[in-house]
Amino acid sequence: MEITSKPARRDFLKASAAVGGGLSLGVSLTLGSKVAAAKVASQQKTVATNSPNAWIKIGTDNTITIMCARSEMGQDVYTSMPILVAEELGVDVNKVKVEFAEPAEVYINALLGGQITGGSTSVRDAWEKLRKAGASARMMLVGAAAKEWGVDAATLKVTSDGVVTGPGGKKATFGSLAEAASKMEVPKDVPLKPYGSWTQIANKAQKRLDTKAKVEGTTALFGIDTKVPGMLYAAVVMPPMIGGKVASYDDSRAKNMPGVKAVVQYSRGVAVVADSYWQAKKAKDLLQVTWDEGPNANNDMRKVWSGLKEASMQPGAVFREGGDVDAAMKGAARLFEATYELPFLSHSPLETMNTVADVRTNGVTIITPTQFQQLVPFVVAGAVGMKPEQIKVVTTFLGGGFGRRVEVDYTIDAAEISKAVGAPVKMLWSREDDMTHDSYRPGGYYKVQMAVDAAGKPVAYRYHGTSPSISSRLFPSIVKDGIDPFSVEAIDNFPYAVKNHKLTYQMFDAGITPGYWRGVSHNLNAYVVEGFIDEVAHAVGKDPIQYRIDNLEYEGEKHKWSGLSAGIPVGGRMKTVLEQVREKAGWMKAKLPDGRGQGVAVMEGYNTVMAAVVELSVTKAYDVIIDKVTYVVDAGPLVHPDQALAQIESCTIFGMSACLYGEITVKNGGVEQTNFDQYRVVRMNEAPKSMAVHFLSPAKDQPPGGLGEPATAVIQAAIGNAIFAATGIRVRKMPFSPENIKGASMKA
Amino acid sequence: MIVAFNLNGKQVSTDVAPDTPLLWVLRDTLGMTGTKFGCGKALCGACTVHLNGQATRSCQTPIGVVAGQKVTTIEGIPMTHPVKKAWVALDVPQCGYCQSGQMMSAAALLASNRKPTDADIDAFMSGNICRCGTYTRIRAAIKAAAA
Ligand code: FES
Ligand code: FES
Repeated sequence: MEITSKPARRDFLKASAAVGGGLSLGVSLTLGSKVAAAKVASQQKTVATNSPNAWIKIGTDNTITIMCARSEMGQDVYTSMPILVAEELGVDVNKVKVEFAEPAEVYINALLGGQITGGSTSVRDAWEKLRKAGASARMMLVGAAAKEWGVDAATLKVTSDGVVTGPGGKKATFGSLAEAASKMEVPKDVPLKPYGSWTQIANKAQKRLDTKAKVEGTTALFGIDTKVPGMLYAAVVMPPMIGGKVASYDDSRAKNMPGVKAVVQYSRGVAVVADSYWQAKKAKDLLQVTWDEGPNANNDMRKVWSGLKEASMQPGAVFREGGDVDAAMKGAARLFEATYELPFLSHSPLETMNTVADVRTNGVTIITPTQFQQLVPFVVAGAVGMKPEQIKVVTTFLGGGFGRRVEVDYTIDAAEISKAVGAPVKMLWSREDDMTHDSYRPGGYYKVQMAVDAAGKPVAYRYHGTSPSISSRLFPSIVKDGIDPFSVEAIDNFPYAVKNHKLTYQMFDAGITPGYWRGVSHNLNAYVVEGFIDEVAHAVGKDPIQYRIDNLEYEGEKHKWSGLSAGIPVGGRMKTVLEQVREKAGWMKAKLPDGRGQGVAVMEGYNTVMAAVVELSVTKAYDVIIDKVTYVVDAGPLVHPDQALAQIESCTIFGMSACLYGEITVKNGGVEQTNFDQYRVVRMNEAPKSMAVHFLSPAKDQPPGGLGEPATAVIQAAIGNAIFAATGIRVRKMPFSPENIKGASMKA
Repeated sequence: MIVAFNLNGKQVSTDVAPDTPLLWVLRDTLGMTGTKFGCGKALCGACTVHLNGQATRSCQTPIGVVAGQKVTTIEGIPMTHPVKKAWVALDVPQCGYCQSGQMMSAAALLASNRKPTDADIDAFMSGNICRCGTYTRIRAAIKAAAA
């Protein structure tokens, strides 16, 4: 479907979509489909360039630029994407330039249906596509040389800096061939290098291409660093309660402050625009705004939790079912049950939300750190009353994303403010703005039951999750029959074989804006699934790793809702990672001191299978200290091994911050935490003392799995299980704060 | 108010309200964007610079107190500095946003402590948040720079 020109602010995508074999958000954002050659070429000022395809442009001076169509937020697409192109193009990735691509249809992420960076899909989506782009460009360039020289293309070679060489010392640069090449027919069948014969993919010594710039500190990299001529600075006041609106405001003091150019109201709040950010910020502190408090004015955590618990009494929507759970439970030897309470969380990337917007009468430029550049023209066009084609979007580096920057709210704000003052504006949020106007990892209330036979073997499993639905707000069309695919990850693909099972989901709007947060519902469901199986294993007196292995599901039906997952049971892969992690982590090998324990968790997400063993200590004051983390990861081929490792390191810390400290609460309808003193995150002294990550060698022709997110979920479950091993306390309410651990010990 | 100070070895002067944090003078007035904003409350360390050689949160340093002092920012640390060399060698940055502050803290730590222990690193670096979780590599890079 088409995006209407005036989209609703929040429900911005009324998309049609198909789930399964990729999760299409079904966004049809048609915008200059012929972007490749013409548009790209016009950016280059001095040197003429030619583009054999949308991914590569070649200057007449033989500078080779590879377009990066995903947003660099730390996860290394700035290097991993070009590696894929360069491998088949035949040039050394360290000798090319990299540019972020503008929004265009050709850059759509097939796994998500939009030009989006998220869902751990960048490498998975690019794997064939970018190698083919490189190979086909190479064929065209070599073909052009062969034609010019009148020789067989098969006799020609390409050097690592982009020169075609031929018999008799013939030489031509890509730069000199590119024009002819770009006029050639695009080859249909492009052979790729045989699996594993790569020279650049899987190169352990390859460095990141953006490290130098990020270490120098002299280059303007991030959205917040953007400066354009005549630019003013905006600081904003937004409603403290979620869903509130400006009723009226008094700017008599603010507008007389030094440097202030204007005070303007925009859809969401009031902005002070000044010559510098500090002047704007000082003046905005003097604004008096009264609020129309909206529907959530009285919301607080008591209401949120009683609402979730009440909603959990509803039957919910069935997303997976087999056998007869009720009958099996009646006849079973033992029945276990538990409930879990998981909190709301903030993304809080270190760079707060910001955008530079320059709204002119004939067009708009938006310079912004975004994970979803393709959507920006549509929402901004709606906000300023222009056409999407009139909106140019430039993507900067992102100072962290974690899913927050899939949302484009802040680009709309900046555009409205720029339009109101008639000048280019950099809108920057304070940390307080950012933390209280996030979209939050939804909390949830989970009820689970498992029945086992006399031997301890599971015979029935009942899972009922209640949580806010993110997609109902952002991509309502992918929500079907009461199921949000992004609420049932890591449970739709429940990995254990239990003949009688019934899995249900109940959505509930808690009045706290829910958002996609690194790992999304994997974090919720994996903790419940892996925490509960651990409980049962202990209760029936089995070793937690062996109990998992003994009960894995090896084959069975396709998973209906797991659009970004393997989609089929992966028992074999899980068995391997569990066996290996048992070995590598020294599972139960040594007698550990009091208060120290090991916990395990396993999960498949994004077609990556991983197991983690955490060894930790719990102090007398119930503080948790992570001593050692061991992973075994089956993620297929690693395009850039060192950065695959970096993603596991990153997810580990991110998941630790969440499960040890993370909790967003509301009072009077607004978020209470405003800065890092109230929303604690892991710091250097809390990072694991030791971490080991073992990647399995890929099976032949195995495609890559996603790595940007899954460990975030796995680590949390493993920590919870290790806390039990260390203390005998099963903590079913996150975070694992001293208060909650102590609370759980008293209940037990 | 005109404030003159030494920035990365050069005399500079700026005319802003004396309560303006050094962070915003660097970023907006002087166009030195290497120093980052993360919290504005001395909680995250993204804005760390050296004031007379000491690691200082520039978001909490009014420009008035900088008059006549010596300020070093990430732009003033050469790529040949052991800290920057180690950061490059180990590919420490992910998103990179916190890294100016991390390197400024690390450089200050090493200037006062040639062989920091793990406990020294914990104590000195725990004021710098990295949301991407690069702590393991930061620790390794500090040790490499110290070697
Ligand atoms: S911005 Fe200064 S410490 Fe965070
Ligand atoms: S590298 Fe992203 S915050 Fe540290």
